[in-house]
Amino acid sequence: MARRVLTVDDSKTIREMVGFTLKNAGFEVFEAEDGVRALSLLAGTSVDLVITDVNMPNMDGVTLVKELRARAPFKSLPILVLTTEGGEDKKAEGRAAGATGWIVKPFAPDKLLQVVNKVCPSH
Amino acid sequence: MADLAPGGDEYAQFRTTFFEECTELLADLEQRLDQMQSNVAQAEELNAVFRAVHSIKAGAGAFKFIRLVEFCHSFEAVLDKLRSGRIAQDDRISAVLVRASDVLAALVEAAQANRTVAEGFGADVAEELQMILNEAGDAIAASPALFAGGQGPNADALKLARRTFQIKFKPHAELFRHANEPLLLVRELKQLGEVVAECDISRLPALPSLDPDDAYLSWTFRVVTDCTRSVVADVFEFVNEDCDLEIEALSESTGGSQATAATAHDRAASTAGASMEPAQAELAESKRPVGGSSIRVDLARIDRLVNMVGELVITQAMLAERISDQSGGQGHQLIQGQEDLALHTRELQECVMAIRMQPVKSVFARMPRMVREIAAKLNKKVRLITSGEQTEVDKTVIEELADPLTHMIRNSVDHGIEDPATRRANGKSEEGTIELSAVHRGGNILIQVTDDGAGIDRGRLLKKAIDRGLIASAANPTDEEIDNLIFAAGLSTAEQVTDVSGRGVGMDVVRRNISDLGGRIQVQSIAGKGTRFTLILPLTLAVLDGMLVAVGKEKYILPLTSILESIRPERNQVRALAGGGEVVSIRGEFIRLIYLYRIFDVPGAITEPWAGLIVLVETDSGAKVGIVVDELIGQQQVVIKSLQTNFDRVAGISGATILGNGKVALILDLDQLFGLTERSAPQANGRIGRESSTPPLVETEAAAPDC
Repeated sequence: MARRVLTVDDSKTIREMVGFTLKNAGFEVFEAEDGVRALSLLAGTSVDLVITDVNMPNMDGVTLVKELRARAPFKSLPILVLTTEGGEDKKAEGRAAGATGWIVKPFAPDKLLQVVNKVCPSH
Repeated sequence: MADLAPGGDEYAQFRTTFFEECTELLADLEQRLDQMQSNVAQAEELNAVFRAVHSIKAGAGAFKFIRLVEFCHSFEAVLDKLRSGRIAQDDRISAVLVRASDVLAALVEAAQANRTVAEGFGADVAEELQMILNEAGDAIAASPALFAGGQGPNADALKLARRTFQIKFKPHAELFRHANEPLLLVRELKQLGEVVAECDISRLPALPSLDPDDAYLSWTFRVVTDCTRSVVADVFEFVNEDCDLEIEALSESTGGSQATAATAHDRAASTAGASMEPAQAELAESKRPVGGSSIRVDLARIDRLVNMVGELVITQAMLAERISDQSGGQGHQLIQGQEDLALHTRELQECVMAIRMQPVKSVFARMPRMVREIAAKLNKKVRLITSGEQTEVDKTVIEELADPLTHMIRNSVDHGIEDPATRRANGKSEEGTIELSAVHRGGNILIQVTDDGAGIDRGRLLKKAIDRGLIASAANPTDEEIDNLIFAAGLSTAEQVTDVSGRGVGMDVVRRNISDLGGRIQVQSIAGKGTRFTLILPLTLAVLDGMLVAVGKEKYILPLTSILESIRPERNQVRALAGGGEVVSIRGEFIRLIYLYRIFDVPGAITEPWAGLIVLVETDSGAKVGIVVDELIGQQQVVIKSLQTNFDRVAGISGATILGNGKVALILDLDQLFGLTERSAPQANGRIGRESSTPPLVETEAAAPDC
């Protein structure tokens, strides 16, 4: 069974890039453009991994991580945070909120897959 | 993974998306920065501005637009300080931000066009951004590495001689709270080389007192690998802070028990797994209702859809005609069905047209800034008030609207609004006002630019027009006619040239632009009180409300919006002019007649207006003319087909449409027709010869398949 990933980013470019890379690697990819939509999507869809941007309207990535960790079904869901070069404070914030790991933007496809495989086991 | 080179070139296909997104982000950015000029921005505003620049930077990085990334980096740094309150917003900073957004837009444009940007471009703005940061006691970190591709050392990156590492790994309970998983770490280690694991279960309590969320196990791994220490350490990148970790390089590999490794796997899995619950459970409730969603569609697809629906409308009309011809009063159900089909087709067409509709906001949003800049340059005080930004109009119309509108507003600031001293002297407030509004009226959109300036100086305008020979010196034009002179070619600039509006483009070009869109422009002016320009534009360029008229066996379409009335004159109302041509006298007004049968050389048409009909129309330039036709057939919405894709431009014709019977009807361009007859009036019969290179226009029967 294909691993299922939700990518959360307000930038369509980034969503498409992440989606493209992961689909090519055999993942099933879902998209949401902010934290609020991610939460409502996750209410009805189970995924194996969430990859979220930090800066987003409505609900940012750090809050999304906190919200997910506060809900029992998502306590062990791997969550990767997309940060930018030098975004150490965001990385730390994400970690404190309960993120599993991070990916530094901009990323190459192989780097993305490497990190995804690191935290999201294949079935 | 192997076929994906670390360069990221496989992302090239997302360029289009990226630039589309940039366009939206830049427009949003500009608008928000503009608002920040007059108000101190709220946190949410600043966040949105930051996000826009941040998103552009992220995308730019992926496509290796170096200059763009570097510039975004400084821009973003300032915005970040602003939103976190480490810098306070003031006028200088606001101004720098606006300039930065200009540079950013230029860099995006250059990147999109694959142009290289001049070396020092935007350096001044970048410097100012840097100064703002310096003043905040904070230098920008060196520009980020562009592409993180080869950066993360991966397994096959740095190969060395085989070495053995001993890793002592003791997870904390924290590790599980981040959904990290020791089993995965072990798997990852195994990719680096041979792994021997020893599991320490000494802290594992008896089952009843076991807390599934706690960590009790620890491991010692021995890894034989040709990777460096940093590659090994990288495996634990995400768990560094949630465990005790020691990595020690041993000189030689020593053996170990494979069995324990397996056990370790199982233990790790089960311990960590205890906290994993089925991921269905209670439904997470979203805090806010999800807003209206939208999708982005390639414009070409929509154009195709519009075209197909156009064809459908025509087919439906043909079908309707055949049915009413053939059923002969019977086939009631057939007629009923065809009427339903007509209704649904019409609705479908409206839906499809609505897809192309966009609010004029995107054009209006560019104006406040321009007004501010020009006003500052001219030392005037001008306030722009916009309304009706949400009024929707076809995307093509929007695109074509920006230039004329920019020009009109530029004109209003430059020539309309007086300088503060003059205004004060005339008992007006120092600050002039320009109102920009949009509203739907019938099948049109009405856009008005109203200023409370000096109004048109009719004396000067008239003098200039006479000097240039545009009108006879003996002429005695009405105020309205004088005002309309500002649309005359070759009049608008000269003395008026300033670096603001004298760019060689006059209001005549504006009128032509508007006319090309099938619209009209009107001007009203009151001396000392101000001037109002009104644009009347069709909502769409794909369909036209027309009046079908017959001339001999031919059918023509007149745009419905330009028709004033139709009359059958008495014989004595029609008079010949000495210089050629004829006029009709209606209520004391003489109106020039245009005979379509002469212009288009139609045999068998009614030649006397009193035997046929005169349709009185108003051209875009405000002139009234009477079109002589045989009869009116009826009002009809027609799908516009461009002639220019297949034929040269034909004077007097703006396009064609296909009628229900399959025949082609030409859509008349009244302005051009009027121009033609004016010029050719001295000719014997006012008939316009076609240019010899123009192919025979349209075989009107040809569209009906006769095979």
